[in-house]
Amino acid sequence: MIKGLKKWRLFSLLALFAVFMAGCGNEEISTFQPAGQVANDQFKLLLLASGIMLLVIIVVVIIYTVALLRFRRSKLGEDHIPEQVEGSHTLELIWTFIPIVLLLILAIPTVHYTYKLGDVKAMEAVDDEGNAENLVVDVTAKLYWWEFEYPDLGIVTAQELVVPTDEKVYFNLIAADVKHSFWIPSVGGKLDTNVENVNKFYLSFEKESEGLKDGVFYGKCAELCGPSHALMDFKVKTLPRDQFDNWVAAMQKTAEEPVVANADGEEVFAQSCIGCHAVSGVGESGAQGPNLASFGDRNRVAGYLEHDEENLKEWIRDTQKLKPGNTMPSFSKDQISDEDLDALAEYLMGLKVAK
Amino acid sequence: MSSVAQKSGFGATLWDWLTTVDHKKIGILYLLGGLFFFVLGGIEAMIIRLQLITPNNDLVSAGLFNDLITMHGTTMIFLAAMPILFGFMNAIMPLQIGARDVAFPFINSLGFWMFAFGGLFLNISWLFGEVPDAGWTSYASLSLHSPGHGVDFYAIGLQIAGGGTLMAGINFLVTIINMRAPGMTYMRMPLFTWTTFVASAMILFAFPPLTVGLFFLTFDRMFSGNFFDHTMGGNTIIWEHIFWIFGHPEVYILILPAFGIFSEVFSVFARKRLFGYTAMVFATVLIGFLGFMVWAHHMFTVGLGPTANAIFAVATMAIAVPTGVKIFNWLLTIWGGSIKVTTPMLYALGFIPSFVMGGVTGVMQGAAPLDYQLHDSYFIVAHFHYVIVGGVVLAIFAGLHYWWPKMFGTMLNEFLGKITFVFFFIGFHLTFLIQHWLGFWGMPRRVWTFMDGQGWNLANFISTIGALLMAIGFTVMVINIIMTTVKNERVGNDPWGDGRTLEWAIPSPPPFYNFPATPLIRGLDTLWVEKMEGSKEMITPAEPITDIHMPHGSIIPMLMSLGLFIAGFGAMFHQETSWGLGVLIFGLAFTFVTMATRSVKDDLGYYVTKEQILQDQENLKRGRN
Repeated sequence: MIKGLKKWRLFSLLALFAVFMAGCGNEEISTFQPAGQVANDQFKLLLLASGIMLLVIIVVVIIYTVALLRFRRSKLGEDHIPEQVEGSHTLELIWTFIPIVLLLILAIPTVHYTYKLGDVKAMEAVDDEGNAENLVVDVTAKLYWWEFEYPDLGIVTAQELVVPTDEKVYFNLIAADVKHSFWIPSVGGKLDTNVENVNKFYLSFEKESEGLKDGVFYGKCAELCGPSHALMDFKVKTLPRDQFDNWVAAMQKTAEEPVVANADGEEVFAQSCIGCHAVSGVGESGAQGPNLASFGDRNRVAGYLEHDEENLKEWIRDTQKLKPGNTMPSFSKDQISDEDLDALAEYLMGLKVAK
Repeated sequence: MSSVAQKSGFGATLWDWLTTVDHKKIGILYLLGGLFFFVLGGIEAMIIRLQLITPNNDLVSAGLFNDLITMHGTTMIFLAAMPILFGFMNAIMPLQIGARDVAFPFINSLGFWMFAFGGLFLNISWLFGEVPDAGWTSYASLSLHSPGHGVDFYAIGLQIAGGGTLMAGINFLVTIINMRAPGMTYMRMPLFTWTTFVASAMILFAFPPLTVGLFFLTFDRMFSGNFFDHTMGGNTIIWEHIFWIFGHPEVYILILPAFGIFSEVFSVFARKRLFGYTAMVFATVLIGFLGFMVWAHHMFTVGLGPTANAIFAVATMAIAVPTGVKIFNWLLTIWGGSIKVTTPMLYALGFIPSFVMGGVTGVMQGAAPLDYQLHDSYFIVAHFHYVIVGGVVLAIFAGLHYWWPKMFGTMLNEFLGKITFVFFFIGFHLTFLIQHWLGFWGMPRRVWTFMDGQGWNLANFISTIGALLMAIGFTVMVINIIMTTVKNERVGNDPWGDGRTLEWAIPSPPPFYNFPATPLIRGLDTLWVEKMEGSKEMITPAEPITDIHMPHGSIIPMLMSLGLFIAGFGAMFHQETSWGLGVLIFGLAFTFVTMATRSVKDDLGYYVTKEQILQDQENLKRGRN
């Protein structure tokens, strides 16, 4: 019986070990493959904590196993009455103080990193001409999408965060309806977007997203926010500083030089969509629906669907089916005919700023 | 026999159970109620895991999934784990301290019925099709935003059940302080009684914040309050603080009695005195204190700032020290003992590695900056299931097998018990170990589905298979319980043979007055002391046998709870219907009338006569020979 149990344990352990060894997760989303200073600091803390904890587990398991092997009644005989030991002050002191020391080893870097990662003083810093020294992004989380405003650059985008690499990017986070939480696992830990106050933190992106599977890092909402919480994904594109500047310039130009891939589509858009969605990247946050100035460059429809016209059309026809509880109305054939929808899809897919 | 026990027939039996104020019967009621909800919560868990077996699965809809996770968490914590532990506390703790009943038998019954009606209220939401869906934490912005009556069921149901819990806690406190038998000093109390004591003290301080929070939520949702509505000057973070000021101690309210159960089991089946008893008691009390000072570690990502986060991080880590002390004392208890691997002992032995795993991941999350990554990911799901299942549920199963003979007079089948353990234990680790990695790989918790291509498919599949094994294990246990009950093979006072505490000195199940004469306690592990001295009667009486004063049963506790149950529906519907307000007033009035009846009507109880007790003793002796 016990023998069978051991075999089973071994088998399941091996299976789990295999899974563990199979990988450190996917590069675009795993905390095991940090792509920035913040995630890296947290990863170092994870290694330290895991090391200490592994030590504790090993000690416990050794005592446990030896005790279990040596002191079985089947060996000692039915009538054996063990000595009724009261306890030991020395031992109590040992297993009080050694854990305290182990915890101090963990507590010191914990406090250090808590302050380091919470340091947002540089956010307000300006150079002699009054320009902000660091890039600041205002993030607004809404049911179930993300709005990213670059207040110092005068542009706004949604669903796909674009940031320069190798510098600290500061974030102001707030939620517009219910609480969400902003998380890019491979770049750094999460921070909640509360409804009543702005939370601030920084991340630094040290890997270009170009080589990744989809060319982007994955971002997630980490706080239960309603039926479509699971679908409230966003993507992060990291570019070298010069390419980022190009992107900013292109975004700023969308106000004067709109891209029109399909003129009929533009007309449909003007009738049905423009009430909530903007196609100019110049502006501020606070829109009803995601800004679509760079829609054609994006990676997903509705934050999670393959980025193609089929999905886009399905989405417009039945938004509640694809993302229950979201605030965008669905458009029936009476509202937008099939031909108009085709034109609209082509127009939307043509909204590109990147070359 | 007393007049109460002589009645027979189904109606009389039912009436007896509805009106009982006997702590052993109330213990059984708690146990059965808790197991019923455990099955409900378990079914919800299985549907959750089946939904997540493959990416893009559509077994359940997004909305239904949120209903399931909310009800699974709420049910398991409030309606399964706590009541089952209360069942053990009720049935066993008075026996361990040599008392005839709890201090307030009437309130004991009231506590049970409030739990029962509260749980019923919460789960009736399934019939209405409007189920709580804001998570068991019901964070304010989402719980205010949630349409329908779902969250109303949560707020009112928990309010009623929570009131019952508070009463039970106070009752246990008073019982332990006042009703210990002569010689049962605090430092001679069995560890299960000690942990009951500390957990009850924690209930006393932790449940009022929940009550306040739930009232705020009730008023916000049903009576146009604005406590949490930030557009009207409210603040949602206050809910988070209130909830966790209750919620973190709640975790220790669950785990401390579990520690108590394991302390009993280790010492009995290692046939050895608990190692470092004094240290164990102090560790228990210390955990109780520290449990109140760490709530904000659930809120590291809320943006409280580095100073608050650092303080709460260090405070959290401090809890690991007394917990570690406990683990090592258990190890040293079995070290040098004579270990017999019975089913309860198997659970206790399974608990040590499982709980250590859950404990260390807790410390990892205590490191605030690391928690920014782990918080609200699958890592936390893995962590708290390691603590709650690996700690509390294993303790419940251990306690169920260990005390079943004392509560029901029959012995659960050992072979089936071990089969249950094997399936449950392997299933448990298969389900939750891999979830740590899912968290590291970026999977947030409470997601109703996940997309393909994120590297999470295999791990989720393994996790679901593990959950199925757990379900098989539990099913075997239910079969075991049914078989044992049908066979009905009666056992004696001390069926395990190595009982050390007072409950094993009296018949299984004990007579309704527990002890014919109040026992004299002559040391820690009272029964063991008597055994070692070779006492024939196994118990030294502190007084001669005299008439015993006992309370009458009463239907009033059930009626009081029923009134609150009715009022709950009134409160919920008062805004949209004309009858709501009337029902609310009627329900409350009903409760007040029953309370007044209780106050006005004198119930002086009755006496079990000396002759009758002696007759019982005689019958027992004859039965034994």
